[in-house]
Amino acid sequence: MLELKNVSKRVGAETHIENVSLRLEKGSLNVLLGPTLSGKTSLMRLMAGLDAPTAGDILIDGESVVGVPVRRRNVAMVYQQFINYPSLTVYENIASPLRIAGVPAAEIERKVREAAELLRLTPYLARTPLNLSGGQQQRTALARAVVKGASLVLLDEPLANLDYKLREELRAELPKIFAATGAIFVYATTEPSEALLLGGHTAALSKGRVTQFGPTIEVFSRPVDLLTAMTFSDPPLNSLSVRKAGGNLVLGEGVHVPVPGAATGLADGDYTIGFRPHHLYLDRPGPAAVELRVPVAVTEISGSESFVHVDFAAERWVALAHGVRNLEVDERVPVYLDPDRFFVFDTAGRLVAAPPAM
Amino acid sequence: MEKTWNNKAWFMVLPVLLLVAFSAVIPLMTVVNYSVQDTFGNNEFFWAGTEWFSELLGSDRFYDALWRNLAFSLIILAIEVPLGIVIALSMPKTGWGVPLCLVTMALPLLIPWNVVGTIWQIFGRSDIGLLGRALTDLGIDYNYTRDPFAAWATVIVMDVWHWTSLVVLLCYAGLVSIPEAYYQAARIDGASRWAVFRYLQLPKMHRVLLIAVLLRFMDSFMIYTEPFVVTGGGPGNSTTFLSIDLVKMAIGQFDLGPAAAMSIVYFLIVLLLSWVFYTVMTNYGEGER
Repeated sequence: MLELKNVSKRVGAETHIENVSLRLEKGSLNVLLGPTLSGKTSLMRLMAGLDAPTAGDILIDGESVVGVPVRRRNVAMVYQQFINYPSLTVYENIASPLRIAGVPAAEIERKVREAAELLRLTPYLARTPLNLSGGQQQRTALARAVVKGASLVLLDEPLANLDYKLREELRAELPKIFAATGAIFVYATTEPSEALLLGGHTAALSKGRVTQFGPTIEVFSRPVDLLTAMTFSDPPLNSLSVRKAGGNLVLGEGVHVPVPGAATGLADGDYTIGFRPHHLYLDRPGPAAVELRVPVAVTEISGSESFVHVDFAAERWVALAHGVRNLEVDERVPVYLDPDRFFVFDTAGRLVAAPPAM
Repeated sequence: MEKTWNNKAWFMVLPVLLLVAFSAVIPLMTVVNYSVQDTFGNNEFFWAGTEWFSELLGSDRFYDALWRNLAFSLIILAIEVPLGIVIALSMPKTGWGVPLCLVTMALPLLIPWNVVGTIWQIFGRSDIGLLGRALTDLGIDYNYTRDPFAAWATVIVMDVWHWTSLVVLLCYAGLVSIPEAYYQAARIDGASRWAVFRYLQLPKMHRVLLIAVLLRFMDSFMIYTEPFVVTGGGPGNSTTFLSIDLVKMAIGQFDLGPAAAMSIVYFLIVLLLSWVFYTVMTNYGEGER
């Protein structure tokens, strides 16, 4: 078990990691989710022992490892860049951690063959990394991590430099590859969908802080605050400051909507509502939906989906709709809100009401 | 589409042809012209055929200078390349030390060659030179004008002082192009300092090292100015390298025909050895990009 207790990391005047506490269980899959510069890599460097925290403690199985050099820890790491020894063959690359550890030759042979089979590298064992495709290079790096049999495997956006198809393929394989090893598995990503596909536990990061840590689905469906909800939504959650008055929410511009069921017990006053882009509908979803007429700012069409950016009050919202929606800029279109899909946050940004699971 | 044929494109390459002709082909052809004729001045030429070539290739004087020159090149390569790598490895990668080191390293390269020669000629003198005087006072019999070994040592040390910087700068450029993540990955692997050098830094420096070795080989094989200034090719003929011998023959003895023949053979040797070096080194490092 890897435990971080109130860990902070400052470099000069900059704070990279601020008071992070995490408990990662043996054999678990943990996703570090956050935008660029949110501290994912800094946190991994601390976990690996490449950096020492300026405050707090890091424990492995209850024993502090702060100050234990990297080479004495049992850690494997895979990076966004495809990092292999350029002059060595794939076989020798995979064997390198074992050679350093002084494993007998026969066992090296067996383990390398096994890992190559697992990562489908067997036909390429005699090549050097630069004569491989990006996907194969990253598979080589992953194979090196696998054979090491590390108790902590850190994957820092390992699929970010791969094209779409390879990414899908490798992402599906990754949890299986490492599941058998019983290692603590940490995966950093900027993409909410990747966290959901991987499952396990997710730590949402924002500006060096862990805003929430829990089972991935739970963090997704009940984010503790607006920041977490924003991190865990792509495109980001649409939000709006509202006032609750009796049975209505006042949205501004004279629009009133009924208070969602989960929020009926809340006191009157100011709140922030948030809803996901696919809950801002372009077609009426049901009789309870509220219609707004808003001007279109931008339309991005990805083929099977369209992202329609619209303006309401001072906010820019994104509506995610199926199919191709070719809308003119400044055209006023009807959009529909379903109050039952609202997350409601108080003025401090804490979640006070969440939509029912669906 | 109809293809139209004309030769106008040749006019476009004409300027380059002229330039190359004046800078390389015509001088070379003049040398070829001298090498097959005999002259006593007054623009009177007599056909000599391959006489000068057979004379040259049959003379001990030429082979002595050639072996001397090869030995010199190999010695300075054996010193400057490893030394350059070691210095480049120990240079800082960030901070105020970087410009300081780079400028210090570049200084010897900025000094004109004859000045380098003069500096070392005075530096090594046992009566007034700092180095020569210090060595003499230490009881070491050091006199580069009398002792061939001292003359060789002086010329080699001078070349190392003058040119190691070039190897350092090239290697340093190769080193700083390695992303930090590679070192981090090596640390996590638990790789030793030697393993990092052998499997990470050396393969990444391979290309620039190839250029460094080629440049240093060609330059040292054609060395003239510095030993000419320091030792004048002596004592005896002990530091008479090919170029010094060539100049002695052409200017000193005014044997234009034999000197021209020697120039051509010399040129072909440099070309051949450079080609061999290049082929061997590129094949050796195949895949180590």
